[in-house]
Amino acid sequence: MERPARIVAWSGALIALLVGVVVGSAAIGSVRIDPVTVAMAALNAVVVPAGVSVGPTTIPVFGWTVSVPTLEYASVFAFDVPETHQIIVADVRLPRIALAATVGFALAAAGAVMQGFFRNPLADPSIIGVSTGAAAGAVAAIAFPAIAPFESLHLSAFVGAVATAFLVYAIATEGGRTPVATLLLAGVAIQAFLGAMISYMLVHSGDSLRQAVVWMMGHLNNSTWSDVGFALPVTIVGVAALGAFTREMNVLLLGEEDAYHLGVDVERTKLLLLVIASLVTAAGVAVAGVIGFVGLVVPHVMRLIVGPDHRILLPTSALAGASFLVATDTLARAGPAEVPVGIVTAAFGAPFFLYLLKQREVHAL
Amino acid sequence: MIDVDSLSVAYGDVPVLEDATFTVESGEFVGLVGPNGAGKTTLLRAISGVLSPDRGTVQIDGVAIHDLSSRESSRLVSVVPQDTHLSFSFDVRDVVEMGRTPHRSRFAPPTPDDRALVDDALERTRTARFADRPIDEVSGGERQRVLLARAIAQDTPVVLLDEPTASLDVNHQIETLELVCDLVADGKTAVAAIHDLDLAARFCDRLIVLADGTVLERGPADEVLTADAIARAFDATAAVTTNPVTGTQTVTALSSDHDPGDGDDLETPDRVHVLGTGPTAAGVVARLAAAGVDVSVGPVSSGDAAATTARRLAADVLTVEPFASLSQETLATLDDHLSDAEATVLADLEVGTGNQLVLESLAEESGLVVVETRPFDERNYAGSRAKRLYDDLRRRGREATPEELLEAVARIDPTGDERPRQPLESDDD
Repeated sequence: MERPARIVAWSGALIALLVGVVVGSAAIGSVRIDPVTVAMAALNAVVVPAGVSVGPTTIPVFGWTVSVPTLEYASVFAFDVPETHQIIVADVRLPRIALAATVGFALAAAGAVMQGFFRNPLADPSIIGVSTGAAAGAVAAIAFPAIAPFESLHLSAFVGAVATAFLVYAIATEGGRTPVATLLLAGVAIQAFLGAMISYMLVHSGDSLRQAVVWMMGHLNNSTWSDVGFALPVTIVGVAALGAFTREMNVLLLGEEDAYHLGVDVERTKLLLLVIASLVTAAGVAVAGVIGFVGLVVPHVMRLIVGPDHRILLPTSALAGASFLVATDTLARAGPAEVPVGIVTAAFGAPFFLYLLKQREVHAL
Repeated sequence: MIDVDSLSVAYGDVPVLEDATFTVESGEFVGLVGPNGAGKTTLLRAISGVLSPDRGTVQIDGVAIHDLSSRESSRLVSVVPQDTHLSFSFDVRDVVEMGRTPHRSRFAPPTPDDRALVDDALERTRTARFADRPIDEVSGGERQRVLLARAIAQDTPVVLLDEPTASLDVNHQIETLELVCDLVADGKTAVAAIHDLDLAARFCDRLIVLADGTVLERGPADEVLTADAIARAFDATAAVTTNPVTGTQTVTALSSDHDPGDGDDLETPDRVHVLGTGPTAAGVVARLAAAGVDVSVGPVSSGDAAATTARRLAADVLTVEPFASLSQETLATLDDHLSDAEATVLADLEVGTGNQLVLESLAEESGLVVVETRPFDERNYAGSRAKRLYDDLRRRGREATPEELLEAVARIDPTGDERPRQPLESDDD
């Protein structure tokens, strides 16, 4: 099959899978709702911009209050759905599912990029310390709310993640070059240091210990549409930008010198990929905590299925990651007692990864 | 086309290239030769622009390559790397298509031109039949051709190749270099680091000999590849002869141990006469010349390998018409040579009715060394008397293999009396 046709076919199939998983997930819970009702309720929730009003809506920016134009929305569909079901689907389950899909999409896409970037099958989106940085920011905000610079936990985590990635990059860069191996080792060192900081903060966190630990395990409960609003724009823009560099990513797999000889501006491309992948990861981790193995295992599985070409690997990994996280989060909340989703992804992901390792399939990219 | 001007590169404090200056003309195939660590790869990297030199400039087509972006320079220069990390399963066609990267805009699909160039590159390198196989499943030789195809698809005026034949078996080496010659015939300019001197001499228009980061020699192979240049560049003793099949230089490295006697205090004689025919005699002449011995050769027919080798090495050659009887004059010259020489080597001498008189000239001669790779019966066209004479010479002489030659001639006493004979094998004690 020609390549564009393959990309369309695989993406289409995975989008269909995602829709199925989303509808199935929204049907499952303490109140069982049949999938048709779920679909109707979900469509009822779809709104489109209908106008702009400059009104009383204000947002605080560094202590000032600023009036902003606000979009007004209108519903598109009006299916007849019982109101309780409508609320359960649209306001309780769908935000969480949408967030799981967004985070899974972001982490798997970033993982595919990082594995190619580092030419290392063990690379994951957090390899240069993004997750640990997010955890440090979040734990600091939870344990010492009095001195936290940002009110928002998301923002603390996001800033922690981006600052860590920047620090690692700055340490590993010398004379305009950023050797991948140095980047990797600097990431390991900074993560170890931040790990110590986090442990220290946890010891002194007092009553907020439980909240901090649950945050770090990865969690999607109590998600709201505003969480989705935080993570989704960064993810969509970021993954689309990564999509513009898939050809460079392919060429970089040949090695940096070969890539230079094939016309790739190696250092600039590396910086861009690193920045965008880290932002995308940070957006996901900031709202959902540290969710492991999605960014590691999903790109590997997709690479086994569709091959190493990033033009098809990146979109399929992202879509499969979205389905994977929605499915595992459904498992996490469907049991008698809810568990953090990070536990489920690791519990499933780790054995599966070991299986791949034994099959000797993941030794090479 | 390529102007390299006083190029110097150091890795840390270690200078790798010092003041390299040379020019490669458009449409030329230039070979970079030199020992390991001479700076060949570094020089190629500096020419491609990936490595910035500490001093000096490289101009391609009048443009300083180090002022260009990678995209601009990769439209001028393509590189066939020695070995690429190809441990992932891109299809062969995908890898070749990557050669089009510098010519394509970010979002545009491949143009018909792109496709045509990729198809053409696959055809030329005969990689088309496995174009849809994963690159990590093809053999090393095929992979090298794929990388060459990638460079062809890149369609640059200059192609640089780093040891394009290093991991290939002999037929693929020839195939690859012939392909490069084809590209050059089409007007491209090629520079290749090649460690095989014979291949470099055979395929390149000119050679640049690098040693310790400096350009030692440059010019056509027959001017550049001399025993002297090889001694300076490689610190090795080598015999340079003409390959009878290709007509180009063949370099045979000899043991760099200049003292043939292994502590036995033997001295190589100053002058040795060689009587023989064919490649064995040519080899003997080359070995002696490489060891610094004055060699005289003959009588030998002028087209014989021994004669051509001897002429190349500036040895004294006594040539005769093939199959002609030896004149008195020739025999007199032979006698002069024999008396001048401290030793005489018989190297697979063919004896016919024309030259059987030489056996009689040798009858009085002492200090004989006999090197044989073929039985005498195969070389004797002059009947039983010649065989009797030859057997007598062999009995009096010292038999040696080509490898033992230098030691055998060193054991000849220049005064004419032979040293006590002892088996060569016992020297190991």
